[in-house]
Amino acid sequence: MIELAAKPIAVEMAAISKRFGGVHALREVSFSARSGEIHALLGENGAGKSTILKTLRGVQAPDSGTITIGGEVFDRLTPHVARQKGIGMIFQEMSLVPTLSVAQNVFLANELLTSAGLIDDRAMERRSAEIFGSMGVSINPAAIVADLSTGQQQLTEIAKALSQNAAVLVLDEPTSALTAGEVDILFGLLRRLRAEGKAIVYVSHRMDEIFRIADHATVLRDGRLIDSRPIADYTLATLIADIMGKATRDLSEFTTASTAQDEVILRVEHLSSKLRHGGDVSFSLRRGEVLGIAGLLGAGRSRLARMLFGLEPIAGGTITLRGRTTTIGSPKQATELGLALVPEDRRRQGLVLAHSIQDNIELPILKRLGSSPFVDLFKSRATTDDLIKRLAIKTVSREAAANSLSGGNQQKIVIGKWLATDPDILIMDEPTAGIDIGSKGEVLRLVRELAAEGKSIIFISSELAELMAVSDSIAVMSGGRLVETVDKADLLSSPGDAAELRAEQKLQLIVQRGGNHG
Amino acid sequence: MADTTATAGGRESFLGYFKRTWRQNIIYIGFIVVFLFFAATLYDKGFLAPNNLLNIARQTAMIAVMAVAMTLVLSSGEIDLSVGAVAGLASVTTAMAITWGGLPAGIAIGLLTGVAVGLINGLLSTRLMIPTFLTTLAMMGIAKGTAMWISDTAAIPVLDPLYPAIFGGGNLGPIPTLLIWILVVGVIGHVVLRRTKFGRQVLAVGGNVVAARYSGINTSRVKLWVIVISAVTASLAGMLYAGRLQTGRFQLGEGDELSVIAAVVLGGTSLFGGKGTVIGSIIGALMIGVINNGLILMGLEYSQQLIARGGIIILAVALSQAGTRPA
Repeated sequence: MIELAAKPIAVEMAAISKRFGGVHALREVSFSARSGEIHALLGENGAGKSTILKTLRGVQAPDSGTITIGGEVFDRLTPHVARQKGIGMIFQEMSLVPTLSVAQNVFLANELLTSAGLIDDRAMERRSAEIFGSMGVSINPAAIVADLSTGQQQLTEIAKALSQNAAVLVLDEPTSALTAGEVDILFGLLRRLRAEGKAIVYVSHRMDEIFRIADHATVLRDGRLIDSRPIADYTLATLIADIMGKATRDLSEFTTASTAQDEVILRVEHLSSKLRHGGDVSFSLRRGEVLGIAGLLGAGRSRLARMLFGLEPIAGGTITLRGRTTTIGSPKQATELGLALVPEDRRRQGLVLAHSIQDNIELPILKRLGSSPFVDLFKSRATTDDLIKRLAIKTVSREAAANSLSGGNQQKIVIGKWLATDPDILIMDEPTAGIDIGSKGEVLRLVRELAAEGKSIIFISSELAELMAVSDSIAVMSGGRLVETVDKADLLSSPGDAAELRAEQKLQLIVQRGGNHG
Repeated sequence: MADTTATAGGRESFLGYFKRTWRQNIIYIGFIVVFLFFAATLYDKGFLAPNNLLNIARQTAMIAVMAVAMTLVLSSGEIDLSVGAVAGLASVTTAMAITWGGLPAGIAIGLLTGVAVGLINGLLSTRLMIPTFLTTLAMMGIAKGTAMWISDTAAIPVLDPLYPAIFGGGNLGPIPTLLIWILVVGVIGHVVLRRTKFGRQVLAVGGNVVAARYSGINTSRVKLWVIVISAVTASLAGMLYAGRLQTGRFQLGEGDELSVIAAVVLGGTSLFGGKGTVIGSIIGALMIGVINNGLILMGLEYSQQLIARGGIIILAVALSQAGTRPA
């Protein structure tokens, strides 16, 4: 421990608080990163990680607290000061311009100039090659970024930060889009940078990675600092317990007895996508069953939803619907077969935002609104009004534009437009993401209601409490594969290897181990 | 889009309604203002004479007809720059086909010209993913070149006496045939866009192509149809030119694409797709016609007319489109 203490602190955030309206995003959180150390910042969504990172980047000013970098104390940073002081961010969503070359991206807004004041592409390529050399990776600085693999783009981001002499590197979920081989290269680089004395802040939901790479872990929950200690002090189970907390987020009110019937409506065997190698998904879904799908970012859950809905080509495997082997080539066909998809991104995939509620709800059922080429407005209005009432969509009228409604009500329109098709199988991809707690409860209750009516539901979610509440059984995915299906009853009763954990935490353990197998 | 919050509960005053919707209806207000302005200032120059007004309708008919289809095109998020050249080409093919095979052949060949051009534009855009801006820009040159080539750049006389009566020159009682064509095409276009399933799909594809695809709409097919409809309507406009002037000629319709797009945008259709009004487009076309006519009667020189017309269009579009651009 003496050795650890000897490492100098590169950046120290002390007693940082930040409120958004009535919500405390951070309460007196302290966090420091030492040079020559990889420091994992952990917490569930909404724990306050991104607020810490935004404060560090200088895009958000804290209400109170100080930030100390290299002996200098700041009340707040600006993006410019943060960069100047050596804070380098590697974004989850890449900040590269795909049409420019690697070298042009590395020096974007920071271009090297010739003596005549013109941009010196050759010098930038030479410098980029040196940086890549020092990183121990080989990427052609003249290559166009769009032609690179995701892993190479990630490395280019890091080179960009290093070119600005970053002393602190912040990586936010850097591996979610990487292959296993690319992750190995990234980790090799991070170890090398650590040895050179860089301070590295590493944010990830993948516990296996944390144990592989991090030296120290800081856990946040609900805006508070829970603990900060060397990773060696933790086991997977204790770390998960710290992150998720003891208090159960009580969603059990939405739990009802299983309504699953015997009839298997959908059977999927060894399904794999053309766009990603190594996929393998098998499961069966019964009438009236809610099948939850858990997994980390990039586990292939949304991809599975898209394959089942005819949006992504299938490389192999079979889909058997009501006992008949089927190929699903388009959303149109999927809809005709009685499937429906509430997609992940409601604003981009779910809604025509500028159009009215009625116009949005009409879209998938145009065929059903009479056989003539004309829209049966009477029927359409009646359908829309029914759904507005059933889903308690808060709106002044069915003519209101979708984008004039709140997120929760927008999500209800998307759910409504698919209920209008009266599907047998409803696939919901993160249906409660980014909506208020009231609407969320309504969505969960609706799922159970639909199951009781005999509809089958595939419910994809990253929130385990919610999955536990609403599902009959839960499939865990990792690396494009469905690695395990667990019965909810088993999670609730069996002691297993971690008896002290709540069911939700046991599920987290399976999700994290799934990552290990992948 | 704050305009959806005002109608909770009770009745709103006319002023409130006006404040909320005047931007959407700017074209109708603008049309009336311009019309009254010319009516007052050009009263003694015969602006209001029935013959002058019917002439405006005749001169604007082709633009108005093409504007109806262009409304669908822009609503679907695409554009068609080839309409003017296609009209010219269709006027030539129609005139030649009449010479060769009589009236039925003329009508058939004229419309088939549009089908062929539309399929080429549409398939290039939906299969090879070339933006319609480029396919139709290229088609503009190809159509004009073809028209010049097959006609040897000469005017081809229309030899059938019945043809001009149907397509352009004649009157039905007191009403010019061209005005009837505007009404027929306009009503069909309006019903298609507002009341049919196809119209809904067009607006959805233009409003959010991803959401449309996720909703089970065959987005490529919708776009292909829209582009074919545009080319066929442009051919019809070319046939009207041929009827009105009793000749087919490659210059007919030259430059019309700009007037057509201006009329449609003026009418309140979004350049970015998802929102369109056929009636607005027709009024937009008539307004351009009224402005042209008024400026001529005012005695402005051609150069001054161009400047004044440009200024009026910019003003009207700025008023109607302000605040509607995607963020």
